[in-house]
Amino acid sequence: MRFLSEFRDPQAARELVRRIRKVADSLSEVSFMEVCGTHTMSIYRYGIRRLLPPNIRILSGPGCPVCVTPNAFLDRAIALARLPGVTIATFGDMMRVPGSTSSLEREHARGCDIRVVYSPIDALRIAAQEQPRHLVFLGVGFETTAPALAATLLEAKRTEVKNFSILSAAKVIPPAMEALLKDGPLRLNGFLCPGHVSTIIGSQPYEPLVNEHGIPCVIAGFEPLDILYGILMLLEQVSEHRAEVEIAYRRAVQPEGNPEAKRILKEAFIESDAQWRGIGRIEGSGLALPDALEAHDAFLIEVKVEPTHEVPGCICGLVLSGQRTPFECDLFAKECTPETPQGACMVSSEGTCAATYRYGRIEEEL
Amino acid sequence: MCLAIPMKVIAIENDRATCVIGGVEREVRLSLLPEVGIGEYVIVHAGFAIQILNEKEAQETLQLFAEFQGDIGETG
Amino acid sequence: MRTDTILLEHGSGGLASRRLVEELMVPYLKNQVLERLDDHAEIELEGTRLAFTTDSFVVDPIFFPGGDIGKLAVNGTVNDLAMGGAKPLFLSAGFILEEGLPIADLKRIMRSMAEAVEEAQVHIVTGDTKVVAHGAADKIFINTAGVGLIPKGVALSGHYGEVGDRVLISGPIGEHGIAVMAQRSDLDFVASCKSDTKPLADMVAQMLYAYQGIHSLRDPTRGGLAATLNELAEQSGVRIEVEESAIPITESVEGACELLGLDPLHLANEGVLVALVPAEGANLVLDAMRNHPMGHKARIIGEVCSKKSPPVIMRTKIGGKRVLAVPTGVQLPRIC
Repeated sequence: MRFLSEFRDPQAARELVRRIRKVADSLSEVSFMEVCGTHTMSIYRYGIRRLLPPNIRILSGPGCPVCVTPNAFLDRAIALARLPGVTIATFGDMMRVPGSTSSLEREHARGCDIRVVYSPIDALRIAAQEQPRHLVFLGVGFETTAPALAATLLEAKRTEVKNFSILSAAKVIPPAMEALLKDGPLRLNGFLCPGHVSTIIGSQPYEPLVNEHGIPCVIAGFEPLDILYGILMLLEQVSEHRAEVEIAYRRAVQPEGNPEAKRILKEAFIESDAQWRGIGRIEGSGLALPDALEAHDAFLIEVKVEPTHEVPGCICGLVLSGQRTPFECDLFAKECTPETPQGACMVSSEGTCAATYRYGRIEEEL
Repeated sequence: MCLAIPMKVIAIENDRATCVIGGVEREVRLSLLPEVGIGEYVIVHAGFAIQILNEKEAQETLQLFAEFQGDIGETG
Repeated sequence: MRTDTILLEHGSGGLASRRLVEELMVPYLKNQVLERLDDHAEIELEGTRLAFTTDSFVVDPIFFPGGDIGKLAVNGTVNDLAMGGAKPLFLSAGFILEEGLPIADLKRIMRSMAEAVEEAQVHIVTGDTKVVAHGAADKIFINTAGVGLIPKGVALSGHYGEVGDRVLISGPIGEHGIAVMAQRSDLDFVASCKSDTKPLADMVAQMLYAYQGIHSLRDPTRGGLAATLNELAEQSGVRIEVEESAIPITESVEGACELLGLDPLHLANEGVLVALVPAEGANLVLDAMRNHPMGHKARIIGEVCSKKSPPVIMRTKIGGKRVLAVPTGVQLPRIC
């Protein structure tokens, strides 16, 4: 497949690893953090950690929008699902996430109308076709997904599909990256920045991380060669005592991002504060619907939501902020598995703990 | 949070395009990329084209990787 | 059991399915034959060895490129018998029909089953039909059971894998899974994939003719290649290592998986088998497969090593290593 297969070439990978080892050789321990679930998955899927020299640590941060969605959102979605006449449409990633007492998967088993779609625009089509049922789309995602949500909202308004609304859990990632640095003990030598979020926002939003915190930032794609190249560029910055925002994913990211997408985002969303499971409240990190779109804001639907409670006893906050690995959690792979997730990092298939459980537990024996 | 793939645009009607990857086709919305033309490659996420794939940059990156391999003698 | 109701996941062929059978069913029904948990049961009657198996088919949609629920129902049971090395002989067919099912659809399915039994050289000798009220079943459910004769000297089981065995696969993965998924209107993509449903008994006979000492055969249906390799590794008490770049897969399946965020190793196959073959016989068996129309894309994809955790490891395309876990959950499109 064009523009995918070439970036998986084993020989090029070997050579990139060789270069990485050479630069890393003159450095002591370095820690880089990725903040994108797709990076987490890709690194495990291709077995990249094992190819790197032992003094390079790749930490997984809060890059899984499903994982950082708090129980309260799930509880509200489930309450809406239970209303007669309501259809819930969602990305597949959300189906198994546990709320305080249930999950969308279980509600589906009980007979609630819950459907998985690939695109929010498919949900809008279903709404138009299945009036008078009210369709609520669960708007989970970062800046890669938010413009798609925005475009769908604007189309719903324009085409007067009144029975369509979005329950927004959309978030923006740079405030979370800042919050991680402010909170203390994390020692980072660089951020591997999310490539597809950056196709939308460009490179400018990462400037404060460089200017105020001196942390190298490299925007990387998701194929194995992209990730290795991103790591190489980070190492070169560290080795040369530079701190800049660089774009490794040049075929897809322009410094100004996608201006039309940014414009549509501004039209459909306003900045809000958001709750990140495991981290807490981060100012300006959420996207909410403005008054002009209140007809499509599912948060305004009257529904009784059961009291929310979080599951105690896991160190997800520390894992999500990269301060601990899953192996350092007492519950990991015992009480807490992908089948019986106890916390945020295990709920989504690309959460740090879930990815480690499924793909990464070979590391311990080798 | 970025599962997006490069697809080729093979047909366009207003803001809807038919895109293809490995022979698999899907309708993709161009609302975020109004300037796209047939034959171009785009990055597609959740049914929307979010960015044009710059073929020249792609080739340059691959060329860079190829040059790395050519340097084997020098760094040994 | 970790839930108090049945979830869709319990039917996906992954971890939950396994738990359901091992924790909730086997304890009640236990006997030595059942507990082997191969896809077929081996029964000895007065010196003759019989293979006996059953399978139920609930696929939706009932018609899809490459086949339909009837064809699946015949081939699925034929293949379970073939995985035991048996010559499939006789099938039963039980139908549960939903009130309102068009007669024309039923006719189409019966015609398809007639073609399938002819191709597989078996006979449906007994059957049953029930009709339930509209909504109590999804159009049509079919159960088939089958018996076959296991020739003398043939001994195949998921328990017989040994260190040094090579892992072979007869064709590309994921065709059935994608062909069915492409029919779902809520996913709305077009792929040229056709279900790979086919009867494998004849190819198995050729394989055994070329080399008697094959240890295990299994067809990776629901749960995909990942589930099957894990089952074989655990039943045989070994580790299996496979090479990602050796696993045959078509561009269409790859493209659909990229688009939807699916893992092709978790997708259902209906016309492919995995074999564990001692090293000395591997090329003989491979040639037999490649010379057969149903196995011309066969490959050696890995080997059996001594038991270690995790039971299945894959060497990735770029030379890394990763765990190949038993799938959990249902195959759903992702955005992350």
